[in-house]
Amino acid sequence: MDWLNTIIRTFFDFGAMAEVLPQLLGVGLLNTLIISIAATLLGTVLGMVVAVMGISPSKWLRVPARIYTDLFRGLPAILTILLIGQGFARLSQSIFGPSPYPLGIIALSLIASAYIGEIFRAGILSVDKGQGEACRALGMSYAKSMALVVVPQGVRRVLPALVNQFIAIVKDSSLVYFLGLLVSERELFRVGQDAAVLSGNLSPLVAAGVFYLVITVPLTHLVNHFDNKFRTGRRRPAAPTSGLKEVKELDAASPLTTGSNT
Amino acid sequence: MNLPTTAAHNTAADSPTFHGSSLELRNLTMAYGDINVLRDVSLTVAPGTTTCIIGPSGSGKSTLLRGINRLHEPKSGEVLLAGESTLTANPDTLRTRIGMVFQHFNLFPDHTALENVALALWSVKGMPKAQAMELARRRLAEVGLAERADHRPRDLSGGQQQRVAIARALAMEPEVMLFDEATSALDPELVKGVLNLMAGLGRRGMTMLVVTHEMGFARRVADQVVFMDEGEVVEAGTPAQLFDNPRSKRLQRFLSEVL
Repeated sequence: MDWLNTIIRTFFDFGAMAEVLPQLLGVGLLNTLIISIAATLLGTVLGMVVAVMGISPSKWLRVPARIYTDLFRGLPAILTILLIGQGFARLSQSIFGPSPYPLGIIALSLIASAYIGEIFRAGILSVDKGQGEACRALGMSYAKSMALVVVPQGVRRVLPALVNQFIAIVKDSSLVYFLGLLVSERELFRVGQDAAVLSGNLSPLVAAGVFYLVITVPLTHLVNHFDNKFRTGRRRPAAPTSGLKEVKELDAASPLTTGSNT
Repeated sequence: MNLPTTAAHNTAADSPTFHGSSLELRNLTMAYGDINVLRDVSLTVAPGTTTCIIGPSGSGKSTLLRGINRLHEPKSGEVLLAGESTLTANPDTLRTRIGMVFQHFNLFPDHTALENVALALWSVKGMPKAQAMELARRRLAEVGLAERADHRPRDLSGGQQQRVAIARALAMEPEVMLFDEATSALDPELVKGVLNLMAGLGRRGMTMLVVTHEMGFARRVADQVVFMDEGEVVEAGTPAQLFDNPRSKRLQRFLSEVL
C-alpha cells in the first residue's frame, strides 16, 4: 500500500492543511469573496448597460455593445487580466495606490460584464413583445416601458444564470494572482499555492480547492432549486372555479355592464 | 328619474360618462416593408359612436388600429383625432389619448390587477402613487373586479384579465378606445361579460373602434360597421345595411361563412 500512502501524503496531509487553514480563512477566503462579489456587482451594472445598449433601436449604441461583448468574451481571461492589470498599472497607481488589487477587480468586472450583458440581453428579448406594446399604448416612453416593465421581467428570468456567472467569477478570481498581490491581498489559490511551494506538499492547494467547492457547490444547487421554482411559478392554490360563477359575479357587481343590451 | 341605487343596481348616473372624440382616417396606407397591407383607407367615426371592423384574417384590421395610435407608423395618409393630425403629434402624448385593448390582454404579470391599472397613472400622468392606487381601485370596481384588485394576472380568468386591461386603458381617460379582437382569446362563457362591458362604454359616450369576430355584437352595438378585405374597406354602413343587405360579393361570401 505504498502508493496509497504517497497519495495521502501528497494531497491529504492534514497537518499541512491545518497549518495553512488560518491563512486560507482569514486571508484567502476573505479576498476571494471580496474580489468575486465586487467584480460581480460591478459586472452586473456594466452588463446591464451593455445589454440595454445591445437591444437599442439605434445602431450607434448596438454596434459598440456588440464589439465590447465579442472582445471580452472572446479573449482568454488571463490575457485580459494581464493586459489591463499591467497596461493600466500607472494610471491605477495614481488613483488606487500601488496595489494591483483594484485593477484585478476591474479586469474581472469587464470580462463578467460581457457575459452578464449577454445574459440580460437574452432575458430581456425573451419577454413577450406585447408587454412593451401595452406600455407604449398607455403612453409610456420606450425608456420607461423598459425600466418599469420589460427589463424587470427579463432580469427575473435570468437570475439563475446570474448565479452561474458568479460561480464562474469566483473561479476566475484565482487568476488575479498573476498581477502580483501583497501578502495580505492573496486570494484562496495564491495562499494555497504559496503554502504548497513552501512545504513541498500539495495539501494546502487541496484545502484551497475545498474552499472553492464550499462556495460553488451549494450555489449550484441553490440555482437548480430556484430554477425549478421559477419554472413552475408561484400560484395561489385554488380549487377550479366554474366560469359560470364569474358570469354571475359580473352580472351582480359592475356599473358599466348593467343595463340590458341583449 | 330617481331610482334607488344599490350595489347591485347601479344606474347610468352613477357611472362615469366619457367624452369621446371624433376620429377620421384619410387615405391611410400602411406597409410592412415593401408590402402595403392597408391601402387608402378612409373612415369617419363620430364622437361617442361605436364602429365595428369585421373581415377575414389578414384583411388589415389590426394594422389599422395600430396605425391610429402609431404602434405601427403609417406610410401615408392622414389620421385626425378630434380634428388634429395624429401623425405630427408626439406619439407618447398621442397614446395617452387613445386606449387600446389587446387580444391577449398583455397585462403585466408581476403586477397585481391594481398595479396594472395604476402604473401608467403615476409613471405617465405623474399622479402621486396613493392617488393613482385610489383611482385604479375605482376603475377596477367599475369593471366588477373590486375584490380581485390584489390578484396577479395569472390568478385571474381570461375574462377578468381582459376587464383589468379595459380598466387599465380607461384609467388614462382616453378619448378613443381601440379593441383588437378583445374577446377572441376568451373561453366562450366569458365572452358576453366582456362584450357587455364594451357596449356599456359605448352607451356612456366613448368613441370606440372595435375589431371583432362577434357579429352579434357588431349588429347590436355598432353605429357603423366596416367590412375590410385585403387591406381595403370594401363596405361600410349601418349594421342593418351590411348584415341585411350586403352589396359586395366579398361581404356576402364572408357573411355566409361566419353567420
